[in-house]
Amino acid sequence: MSTPHLEFEKDIAELEAQIARLQAMARKQGLEAGRELRVLERRLEALRLEAYRNLTPVERVQLARHPKRPYALDYIEGAFTDFVELHGDRLFRDDEAVVGGWARLEGRTVMVIGHQKGRDMKQNLRRNFGMPHPEGYRKALRLMRLAEKFGHPIVTLIDTPGAYPGIGAEERGQGEAIAMNLREMARLRVPTVAVVIGEGGSGGALALGVADRVLMLENATYSVISPEGCAAILWKTNAAKDKAAEAMKITAADLAALGVIDEVVPEPLGGAHTDPAQAVANLRAAVARHVAELERLSPEERRRRRWEKYERMGVWREEPAAVAP
Amino acid sequence: MTWFRKEKQKLRAADRRDLPTDVFDKCPECGEILYRARLEQNVNVCPTCGHHRRIAADDYIRLLADEGSFEETEAELRSADPLGFVDLKPYTQRLEAAERATGRGDAVVTGLAELEGIPVALAVMDFEFIGGSMGSVVGEKIARVARRALDERRPLIIVSASGGARMMEGILSLMQMAKTSVALAELHEAGIPYISVLTNPTTGGVTASYGMLGDVNLAEPGALIGFAGPRVIEQTIKQELPSGFQRSEFLLEHGMVDHIVDRRMMKATLARLLRHMLGLPVPAAAAEGGAAEPAAAAAAAEPKPTTPRARRRRNGRPSREERSAD
Ligand SMILES: [Zn+2]
Repeated sequence: MSTPHLEFEKDIAELEAQIARLQAMARKQGLEAGRELRVLERRLEALRLEAYRNLTPVERVQLARHPKRPYALDYIEGAFTDFVELHGDRLFRDDEAVVGGWARLEGRTVMVIGHQKGRDMKQNLRRNFGMPHPEGYRKALRLMRLAEKFGHPIVTLIDTPGAYPGIGAEERGQGEAIAMNLREMARLRVPTVAVVIGEGGSGGALALGVADRVLMLENATYSVISPEGCAAILWKTNAAKDKAAEAMKITAADLAALGVIDEVVPEPLGGAHTDPAQAVANLRAAVARHVAELERLSPEERRRRRWEKYERMGVWREEPAAVAP
Repeated sequence: MTWFRKEKQKLRAADRRDLPTDVFDKCPECGEILYRARLEQNVNVCPTCGHHRRIAADDYIRLLADEGSFEETEAELRSADPLGFVDLKPYTQRLEAAERATGRGDAVVTGLAELEGIPVALAVMDFEFIGGSMGSVVGEKIARVARRALDERRPLIIVSASGGARMMEGILSLMQMAKTSVALAELHEAGIPYISVLTNPTTGGVTASYGMLGDVNLAEPGALIGFAGPRVIEQTIKQELPSGFQRSEFLLEHGMVDHIVDRRMMKATLARLLRHMLGLPVPAAAAEGGAAEPAAAAAAAEPKPTTPRARRRRNGRPSREERSAD
């Protein structure tokens, strides 16, 4: 049982506490609390199902940002073996909001790259809350080119509130760094799989996200702007963040329906943080399956399909020649 | 040489109150009261201080394309409101209002043209259309014009003016960054030149995709160009931004653009660059001494003769009659 962080986790935590009390009492008095306990346990299960199967978009945002949610390095350490981290963009510095290096996925060498958040203030100073500067994106591109050189697949793990908006970031070309990653990820000849594991925050997320296959964990979100930001601009008040989250279609199921992602990777009931080992296992299985599928295609065929996929992105209509109103 | 300016062009403060705004206009930079016709002759560059005002997409096309050479493509594309998006107003209403105001179907005009006789593919964004925001239509039009450039081996020029991605299309607007960058990847591999022209303002998703991907990036003087908007940065770092931050000159200093080019010299500069990249010779007229250095020429630039289209673009919006005559 974990301490609840989110509003919708509280009822469940309360029921969990009640069951624990009942069990303790039964033990102490040497009684069989079986029947009552079973009733409560069934209620708990129903409550969980109810709560987690019907999360609102803004509740998913809370889960995606959950402070106990597994981060990139948790997946790298859990789902991969033999990880050798590589540092630096060879231009300016090592941005620790992005991590990456060689690792093995079911024995096969891949380049794994992800945004890395910190769990406490000290870690977050180092990781900049998972918000990269240009050098983070340039490090990622350097590692991708290394994978390309040796013909190894690339796996990216996306989890960022966004690219960092700061003076140094602009001086060093945040826009250019992101743009270059988009173009160069399009050109790669090796298989590429991107997984949104938490927050997919706008261009800062997409800069690791142009890939043959794009997957999302069940409770991850991916959006052009944060619900708070969208609400402030379009509704003129942060209070409208629920409406903005709803309207923008930011959940994994929404993105699958829009054809933007290829697969939703299930999370343990209650979210990845309630059973990290299960979340890691699910991610490993899905990524390994996609890498294996992609490796059966020729580099030319992979690239052709990748380009065609992005060429189809978007929804528009073709008006007949305009008629004067 | 200010002492040479004719007295009759100066206006006394007392007169300013009654200035008819369709005849006179005040420069937002230096405060000079200007004859609108003169400003328009000068492609909306202040003759006194060189401040560049935003011009409509039509006017930019006229500035770059050889007369009569522009052939618009994909004018019939319209947003389909894929998310059924409603904030304080339905997205469809915003689209209708923008189309009424600009006479355009979306925030970019694309087509084929000749530029000093060089066949090019051209895209010009229109900031007046929902802040030049990039949704599915902008992405598709850019991708299609890049495809034409690829198929016909024409260099591509994109003139950007954009506040970023169009939130009302959610994730699909973000994906247009990927889509346009994929199109440019194909051009890049085919060895076809792409020049990005950045005008005021170009921020967000456009900067972080085709805005910064030019083989050569040019910027108009004083344009705001960046990834994050200045307000977002200020709120994040909780300090005032240095003056000139994210302006063209700042980008040049930090190595993000190749040149700052006065609008009056933009066409000549693009032509010179394209001829270099395409391996074309200097045209005979220019070789005989007609070609000046861009910087020197810009300083001495004489106003171009005005065109009827440019004249009726006052306020950046034509009347309905004028539009239907297009
Ligand atoms: Zn002026």
